[in-house]
Amino acid sequence: MTDTTTVLPSLTRPDSARRIAPDVIRSEWTKFRSVHSSYWTLLVAAVAMVGLSAILCAIYVGRYASLSAVDKATFNPTSFSLNGILLAQLAVGVLGVLIITAEYSTGMIRATLAAVPQRRTVLAAKGAVFAAATAVVGIVSSFGAFFVGQSILSSKHIQAHFSDPGVLRAVFGGGLYLAVLGLLALGIGVLIRHSAGAIAAVFGLLFVLPGIVLALPSSWGISKFLPSNAGSAIFHTVPDQSSLSPWVGFGLFCAYAAVALIAAGFVFQRRDA
Amino acid sequence: MIRARGLTKRYGPTLAVDNLDFEVLPGRVTGFLGPNGAGKSTTMRMILGLDAPTAGSVTIDGRPYAEHQRPLFDVGAMLEARAIHPGRSAYNHLFALAQSNGIGRKRVDEVLDVVGLSSVAHKRAGGFSLGMGQRLGLAAALLGDPGVLILDEPVNGLDPEGIVWIRNLMRSLASEGRAVFVSSHLLTEMALTADHLIVVGRGRLIAESSVDEFIERSSRNYVRVRAPQLHKLGQLLTSEGAAITMEDDGALAVTGAGEAAIGDLAAEYGITLHELSPQNASLEEAYIELTQGSVDFHGADTASHPTLTTQVA
Repeated sequence: MTDTTTVLPSLTRPDSARRIAPDVIRSEWTKFRSVHSSYWTLLVAAVAMVGLSAILCAIYVGRYASLSAVDKATFNPTSFSLNGILLAQLAVGVLGVLIITAEYSTGMIRATLAAVPQRRTVLAAKGAVFAAATAVVGIVSSFGAFFVGQSILSSKHIQAHFSDPGVLRAVFGGGLYLAVLGLLALGIGVLIRHSAGAIAAVFGLLFVLPGIVLALPSSWGISKFLPSNAGSAIFHTVPDQSSLSPWVGFGLFCAYAAVALIAAGFVFQRRDA
Repeated sequence: MIRARGLTKRYGPTLAVDNLDFEVLPGRVTGFLGPNGAGKSTTMRMILGLDAPTAGSVTIDGRPYAEHQRPLFDVGAMLEARAIHPGRSAYNHLFALAQSNGIGRKRVDEVLDVVGLSSVAHKRAGGFSLGMGQRLGLAAALLGDPGVLILDEPVNGLDPEGIVWIRNLMRSLASEGRAVFVSSHLLTEMALTADHLIVVGRGRLIAESSVDEFIERSSRNYVRVRAPQLHKLGQLLTSEGAAITMEDDGALAVTGAGEAAIGDLAAEYGITLHELSPQNASLEEAYIELTQGSVDFHGADTASHPTLTTQVA
């Protein structure tokens, strides 16, 4: 650290016609991949999906002989092997919140917005990078969970196949569900800005609210429209009467995420950083 | 060039920044001086488009910050030190900022070299000292080779070596023709670094002038006189147009007449002088005097009169 009287090497500015969005996406990708929490959280999600599938299917196979005929008849091998999503979504929800609240808690947000004052571009790039990473990990893990689960179940010849109706959609949809859930969490993170508060809000909306609604008269029929219930229709192969059809449910889930992100974009644009 | 016009920021009932007008010109270090809570950081955040002004406007090179595409090429800013994700390395922190403006990896290495952080570039920033954080903040500000630099309290928490380093860096950046805008609550620091001063207190502009002019104008220079026939001398001085006040120890404080004129006058009327000494208020005292009433949080008032240092002329 010597005494410097610097003349910085000069630098040429990119052509003004060049769009900034790809540069901002590259920047957000660098931010995302350069902290350990991104890897750990996505690793937890992947392990939860594949691992839980293996454990639950092994237990099921072990108990198979003692199960009743009704239990065996209603068994859904695809949905059963995707149960890990319930755990993985916690990790993805937390990560979606943290990628923005960590910028607020560290003060990094001011460096980010001073570098790119086009704030909606920043938010869109952040969302695109996170959703892409989560979708890739989610889809790969979902397929992994399916294959691991079915190979264990195959010892009792009760496994599902990709050619069975709705299976490919459910397995693929499990990954998509995680990506959209992450975006919903990101939107809530932008709106609330504080990690703890935003995580509590995400968990409350997705996991606590359905429990509360269960206490209401079922004739009201609210339950299936709640975000987590609507969204999870996509990874259930046999829709039951109490839930929306897979794509309608998932569409509604996407709409919730879109509302959260649009509100976030509006607030993010105008609020003091 | 930075230009603020009627810049105002209100938080609820508090006017954090009150109708500021100023300009920051290229080729010199402009000090932004004021006590803590005077609105300096708020002003800087408004310059950078982070906070929206309640009224008025501020532009850089004629345009509001939000209208700059790839602003790192125009403006480099260091707001708070260590505003970094603690788990990210210095290199990746800078690289992410560089990429957002289309700046390549080579530049990241160059600025790391300039601030002397090359050897710790791949260490996690969470382990950095305050001084290293300041250097990293400065590296980020230099990424785009900007014509305008905005530095909020850059010497805070630095060791003496770091202070000298950053002072020299600011001076050389200004000598390259850049506009360097640096805030501080320490006048002594600004006197050593800045060419020009913008002084604020309670969000209001108190003075804008060169450093020398500011010191000259705001210092309370006077001549201390003691004499047995003090009353008579006082009357003579007043009739000559000087202003007199009585000091606590019975000496006269004379302004508007130099020590030579006072001595001549005393000799002419045969008055014996026991003391004739020119007094200069120190820089820091001049500053305190000027911003008095604009300091938000007064310390306990231990002395009603500021102690003045004596300089032998």
